[in-house]
Amino acid sequence: MDGMTMAEWLDDFLFTYETLIHALGVNGLLALSMYCVMAVGQLSLGQAAFMGIGAYTGALLTLNLGLPFWLVLPLSALAPAVVALVIGGPTLRLSGVYLAISTIALGEVLRVLYINAEWLTGGALGLSGIPRKADLWLIYLLLFLAVLGFWAVGRSKIGRAMEAMREDEAVAGVMGVNLPVYKMGALVVSAMLAGLAGCLTAHSNSFIGPNEFGFEMAVTILSFALLGGIGTPIAPVIGALVLTSLPEILRPLQDFRLVINGLIIVVAVLFLPRGVIPFRLRRAP
Amino acid sequence: MTVLLSASRLTKQFTGLLAVNEVDVEVAAGSVHGIIGPNGAGKTTLFNLISGLLPSTSGTLTLDGRDVTSAPPYQRTRLGVARTFQNIRMFSDMTVVENVMTGMHTRLKSSGVASLLRLPGFRREERAARDKAMELLAFVSLADKARIRSGDLSYGDQRRLEIARALAGDPRLLLLDEPAAGMNPTETRDLGTLLRQVAKRDITLLLVEHNMGFVMDLCDRITVLNFGRKIAEGGPREVRDNPAVIEAYLGTKVAARLAKAHGA
Repeated sequence: MDGMTMAEWLDDFLFTYETLIHALGVNGLLALSMYCVMAVGQLSLGQAAFMGIGAYTGALLTLNLGLPFWLVLPLSALAPAVVALVIGGPTLRLSGVYLAISTIALGEVLRVLYINAEWLTGGALGLSGIPRKADLWLIYLLLFLAVLGFWAVGRSKIGRAMEAMREDEAVAGVMGVNLPVYKMGALVVSAMLAGLAGCLTAHSNSFIGPNEFGFEMAVTILSFALLGGIGTPIAPVIGALVLTSLPEILRPLQDFRLVINGLIIVVAVLFLPRGVIPFRLRRAP
Repeated sequence: MTVLLSASRLTKQFTGLLAVNEVDVEVAAGSVHGIIGPNGAGKTTLFNLISGLLPSTSGTLTLDGRDVTSAPPYQRTRLGVARTFQNIRMFSDMTVVENVMTGMHTRLKSSGVASLLRLPGFRREERAARDKAMELLAFVSLADKARIRSGDLSYGDQRRLEIARALAGDPRLLLLDEPAAGMNPTETRDLGTLLRQVAKRDITLLLVEHNMGFVMDLCDRITVLNFGRKIAEGGPREVRDNPAVIEAYLGTKVAARLAKAHGA
């Protein structure tokens, strides 16, 4: 830092790593969206699809209608929530790997839709020139509020019911937990978070394309929660932090970095089945 | 006598097997009612039909005059049905007190928003819930283990915790599926004492149990199932002397020999 003041250095740092710092926050939100579904014992691979709906909704509202961002953001959360409500009915009857498979289908259907509805979505070229309205403070404020919200609700009867469902769904039902409502609620909230993340991505990358929200992204989001763990809401966010920054940290390894990246994930899943943050939230005062 | 739970021609068919076959049972409010029968008689299936874990194939089930035949489990819990399981099913990662508080799910009124904002009303209710959970744990002699991970409890303690968790929802009818299974004579005696105290709290008990001494001692009325059918019903003494029951448990030969010996 010779010759540079702290402020200058920070400025320089932010400029160099701006994309990464944005991605860390957005991926934290995506990890929480995954957490929300896994916390009730469900496995969804539809989070990337919900993210895509939020991204396209946000981008189109900004580009075509010129709506202000404070209005675009909640609408981008609402759109995937409505989709979650519609597809939740039939898909939540499924569980485990079957739910995962059917939610992959959602992502694929939407990808084909984005490519073919060229007049609206720009087809394979995607949408570009989206104004950069997702400020850093906004991303991290939303992430902070989301963690705080999950933390608070986790320490209530809702949190206890969710953990009960995760451990033994049938018994949770016998305890009086309205299982369909809880599953649907978790899916809708997770869709809203993913939608927010999508809108923020669109308004920080200034470009979105149909292939960004497919199977690969779905698995990436899942791996945030798997690596971090789901014992506390902060765990998946840490998982996202690690997995997002790892490729940057490993950059000196050049061509080997993807190998090391993969290795770290495999080792973590094998030896830390509860994630790198295995603690669980206390749910009694 | 007021009837709390009434099953009428209740039937459960698993493809080729009639696990419960047109069973009629009436459980009187305030009674301790036992269900016995050889292995595979359909006792646990009957429990699953009553608690709503399995849908019945035909027949009706009423609770306090209200038809609950097709009500999902959570509605039955709200109406006052609670149960324990034959193979203990704890939320083993939760602490002991959290398990009991999970059992209060239907009785806690705070909304999601109230818990999100941690409003005073919510915090008061949570504290009250914890205090009530601690009382229940004291009732089943587990108060000193409240903060332990429930999966780490001993077998007997887990059985008692399951009872406390079931009581947490203020049930009117408590279903106990083999509560004395795997217990030594001392533990069984203590369990009997505990269940008598539960009965004194105006809770009707319906229990499946293989330990005959325990059942005969505790129950006011006993229903005997065999191959999914009800073969006898009555007070403990009546049931014990019923030839059909003896036959179901000991086989036709022994039953005939016993009958001859008694006749002689």
